Amino acid sequence: MEAWIRARVTLALTLFALLFFVSRSSPPRQFVISNAERRIDLSSHIINVHLTLKVENTGTRPASEVVLTLTPTEVDHLAMVDALAIKGKRKKTTSVRLEVKPTELPDAPPIDAKYFTIYLADPLNSGESTTLEVLYVFMHFLEPFPAEIAQSESQLVFYHDTALILSPYHIKQQTTFIKTPSTKVESFIRVEPTNRVGTEIKYGPYEDCPPYSISPIHVHFENNSPFAVVEELVQEIEISHWGNIQVTEHYTLVHAGARHKGVFSRVDYQSRQFSNGASSFRYLLARLPARVHSVYYRDEIGNISSSHLRTNSLKSELEIEPRYPLFGGWKATFVIGYGLPLQDFLFESSDDKRYLNFTFGCPLIGMVVDKLTIKVVLPEGSTDPSPVVPFPVEHRLEAKYSSLDVIGRTVVVLEKKNFVPMHNSHFQVYYTFNPIFMLAEPLMLASAFFMFFVACVAYIHIDLSIRK
Amino acid sequence: MAAPEASTAAVPTLYTNNTLRNAFGGVLSFFILLLIGVLAFSIRLFSVIKYESVIHEFDPYFNYRVTQFLTKKGIYEFWNWFDDRTWYPLGRVIGGTVYPGLTLTAGTIWWLLNSLNIPLSVETVCVFTAPIFSAFASWATYLLTKEVKGAGAGLTSAVLLAMVPSYISRSVAGSYDNEAVAIFALIFTFYLYLKTLNTGSLFYATLNSLAYFYMVCSWGGYTFIINLIPMHVLLCIVTGRYSSRLYIAYAPLVVLGTLLAALVPVVGFNAVMTSEHFASFLVFIIIHVVAFVYYIKGILSPKMFKVAVTLVVTVGLAVCCAVIAVLIALVASSPTKGWSGRSLSLLDPTYASKYIPIIASVSEHQPPTWPSYFMDINVLAFLVPAGIIACFLPLSDASSFVVLYIATSVYFSGVMVRLMLVLAPAACITSGIALSEAFDVLTGSIKFQLPGVTSNAEVDAGETSSDTSEAQTDEVKAEKPDDTSKNRPLKKSKKKERELAENPPAKATAKAKAKAEKKRLLALPLEASVISLLLLVVLGAFYVVHSVWAAAEAYSAPSIVLTTRSRDGLHVFDDFREAYAWLSHNTDVNDKVASWWDYGYQTTAMANRTVIVDNNTWNNTHIATVGTAMSSPERAAWEIFHSLDVKYVLVVFGGLIGYPSDDINKFLWMVRIGGGVFPHIKEPDYLRDGQYRIDSQATPTVLNCLMYKLSYYRFVETDGKAYDRVRRTEIGKKYFKLTHFEEVFTTHHWMVRIYKLKPLKNRIRGKAKKSKLKTSSTSSSKRSGTKKKNPWQ
Repeated sequence: MEAWIRARVTLALTLFALLFFVSRSSPPRQFVISNAERRIDLSSHIINVHLTLKVENTGTRPASEVVLTLTPTEVDHLAMVDALAIKGKRKKTTSVRLEVKPTELPDAPPIDAKYFTIYLADPLNSGESTTLEVLYVFMHFLEPFPAEIAQSESQLVFYHDTALILSPYHIKQQTTFIKTPSTKVESFIRVEPTNRVGTEIKYGPYEDCPPYSISPIHVHFENNSPFAVVEELVQEIEISHWGNIQVTEHYTLVHAGARHKGVFSRVDYQSRQFSNGASSFRYLLARLPARVHSVYYRDEIGNISSSHLRTNSLKSELEIEPRYPLFGGWKATFVIGYGLPLQDFLFESSDDKRYLNFTFGCPLIGMVVDKLTIKVVLPEGSTDPSPVVPFPVEHRLEAKYSSLDVIGRTVVVLEKKNFVPMHNSHFQVYYTFNPIFMLAEPLMLASAFFMFFVACVAYIHIDLSIRK
Repeated sequence: MAAPEASTAAVPTLYTNNTLRNAFGGVLSFFILLLIGVLAFSIRLFSVIKYESVIHEFDPYFNYRVTQFLTKKGIYEFWNWFDDRTWYPLGRVIGGTVYPGLTLTAGTIWWLLNSLNIPLSVETVCVFTAPIFSAFASWATYLLTKEVKGAGAGLTSAVLLAMVPSYISRSVAGSYDNEAVAIFALIFTFYLYLKTLNTGSLFYATLNSLAYFYMVCSWGGYTFIINLIPMHVLLCIVTGRYSSRLYIAYAPLVVLGTLLAALVPVVGFNAVMTSEHFASFLVFIIIHVVAFVYYIKGILSPKMFKVAVTLVVTVGLAVCCAVIAVLIALVASSPTKGWSGRSLSLLDPTYASKYIPIIASVSEHQPPTWPSYFMDINVLAFLVPAGIIACFLPLSDASSFVVLYIATSVYFSGVMVRLMLVLAPAACITSGIALSEAFDVLTGSIKFQLPGVTSNAEVDAGETSSDTSEAQTDEVKAEKPDDTSKNRPLKKSKKKERELAENPPAKATAKAKAKAEKKRLLALPLEASVISLLLLVVLGAFYVVHSVWAAAEAYSAPSIVLTTRSRDGLHVFDDFREAYAWLSHNTDVNDKVASWWDYGYQTTAMANRTVIVDNNTWNNTHIATVGTAMSSPERAAWEIFHSLDVKYVLVVFGGLIGYPSDDINKFLWMVRIGGGVFPHIKEPDYLRDGQYRIDSQATPTVLNCLMYKLSYYRFVETDGKAYDRVRRTEIGKKYFKLTHFEEVFTTHHWMVRIYKLKPLKNRIRGKAKKSKLKTSSTSSSKRSGTKKKNPWQ
């Protein structure tokens, strides 16, 4: 209750501040948004916001930079932002992906907001208009309220937003649709015209909103979708040129929904499945590449026996069950490991380099990853590694010593925070490798055994006794 | 390997064509030994193949945890390790109370592998330590038996030991316990003792002390060595077999061995202060007296010697009496007469059950039943007497040792199931000797009956058995290299053998003739020999089949994960790890968990939570406190647990799926152990007409005690009748509420249930207040009454 009140107060204060500044400074803008439509999907704990903007250049010069505005809280929870330019008339539309970068506005009003700039492919001439589609993905954005629930209660969450789209431009007409997972909505703030049909709440249409206008709303609704969050995932991909890629994934899984309170009763959980532990989850599904082999699923105290692997020629699915059902706030750690055939993922590029082509992401379906670390362990003796990832990640190099290594293997470490399934895409690691290094370890072993036998022969033939 | 050495040493000059054969035999026995090692290792992998590569049972988890600590923190931290996660709030000095041999061994292996950049986890190393050491143990058995009866018997014993079920039960992959390395150390120490006894080499005597040191590091069973060897020395002296070799074999062992043993922190001054070691010192004195007597005898004339004897005997007796009096006084001054409880229960099998319920409550401290002999050593039980007889033909120092070893270990195994493990090597050695001798006689007589066929007959005889069992072939083939040296009673030293080899040819032919004569006397009819050979092979095959069955079915279950086969396939019960994983991830790292002591090691190792008591049952009072809490009503139990800062209580309950070794079945022990220290817990309160029951006939004390309540809380809601599948009855009290505890976790099959202590109420209810006011006058007397009841308040 207290948190809720505090949130409301903050929002109200922001609103005042905004209105204050808006009235003072209304910077001349080149663009006007003639129509904006926003669809917010709240059905899981990953929030997708689809924003369709029709942007019109009302300035005199051609311009190519469209600015998006988000509140700081939104930016904190933002997992990704993506923009597409829609071209062509209906049925023949093509979309072009546009570059989006966080920016600072020099002439921005002194309000607490963060900006992103979309760089249009072709500058928009004066008087022309174009349609942009923007996708925001937020994580950890739904606030469970009440924050602690008992086993038999279902999970209620708050969603905070504004009914009006925060934008530095004048918006002529805008509508917002909020989709809730079920019809159970405890409360929501009305900003007329507001309309609720089934699982959808419609705000608007609102006409002629000045820049930076907002109108705080919240929706308090039931969301029993599993709030499964991987706090940390370390994925190690070890390449062996003898024909195998070994992948080991260390998970720290947590249920990030409303915390479980008090008793956990197995008898209730088993006999009344539907009314009990509605927000808890037991099963997870991992989609692994095809032709996967030697799959294991264990944790630090041994094998976890509850898993099923289904394979076919296109994909493999691994259904796993943590040792215990996860209720709000409960944690579990486990490791999934599997082997893959080398030829499916390792290729030779034209410039005599090799490259690994692998999926950047978490094989568990619908999983949010707070911190994702991918370690690509290159074979011993490989040089000049260079990763190619479609979105910004931190990367560094490490060394690892594995079976009988002498100089150590180069490890390319890629780190990404706030990873959502929409990020799933391929990445490449290029490196050069001389196949002669493959022989190093067998030769080493062979010579060691040879030396041992020579030593044995020598020992047998040398008489070390003092007396004859 | 010693095999090639033996064959080269035994080359007689006459049989030049035999040289190649002996060399071949040496190589063959080397490869046979290699195969025996592989067999010993691989027969113990059933648990990994059928289940998984995981540490088994209870104690291994502690050893695993210690090894983890060792590899993480290093050896010095390990010696100083004070573990505050167990025996809360007392803690335990791990470095000074643990036998470090196993841990150091596994830690060294891990360190070695890691420094070679072979990244194996500590767990993997721990899991495979026992199988590796059983391969070593079978090689040590080969060496030991070779000292007694030659290489053929050695190979036979080695292959028998490689798969003796008794040893398998303690050394399957994952059974990471002291015994795993200790049996190797035991056999190897005995081998070095016999080797010293046979050669009189001070080098081997030093090695023997080092092997003994390793044994002391590894297992408390080292007292068996330090009592058995003096007994043998005494036997040798009494039977007039004293020699300088005996002195060299024994005296350095006592001096060096005791000094080295005192280095191990867990033994320390016990090596000279406790009665278990006194026998060795007594014999040490005796052997010096005897040595002195022999020396005097050598330098004096017989007449003078008689005078000296009378003089010495009178003085000696006086001194001895004084020493013995001092010793007795010393021993009598200590409360247990200087003997530890486990050792006392060895001498008096009823001691433990009478005085120490904790020792008696462990199933492996119970005396074994006859079927368990058959289960654990199988056909060896029948071969042992034959082996003993073979040891007497002829009796040497070494073979008399084997006879003594088997005799004592049979006695000890009759006291405790656990000590069956000490019997197993002795049984293997004697049976190996028996089998080998039998094969020798039988093949010899076949060879004799078929004069046309010389050495081929032997090979044929060997090959008939090869279809049935590989192991038997090994034995038969192994006879060959040893053939020429067999009729010598025993080779005393290399030097002697060389002399023998340099005998003039004439002497050798005479010897060969005598040998042939002897063989004729021993020869059996052809058919009888062939048939008995076949029967022996069948017996061996039976042993192999039984051992493989025991390894695969009986002894490979890791006991933390249970499986049953039903019509719809394999069903896995992984509830223990489910509970431990839950504890480890969803409770605070400093929370204290109370459970019966059986689960202490596992809780600290798998869940990393502080426990009140664990399987190292060093503090009886502490265990009794937990036992008292479990057998008290809810409120009193809550007070005891609260005073111990316990946050969670863990009980194991098998009633839903029929898992028999749960806490309800162990409950009477809790009552007994608790009652032993806190007399208000009386066993008869928990028994109805002398019977322990939990159905409607159960006593109210049982139905109201904490263990009953925690086990059966809301159990009735599973099937509506509350039918307990272990006790095969409906429980007595079905509907009840918990006031001071709340259920926080129950595993999938209800095997582990975890309860949380409810916090104290902030406000005392009006009713309670009223009653307090009313009884304020009598409160002082009442309080003293409660004080008596609950020692922790």
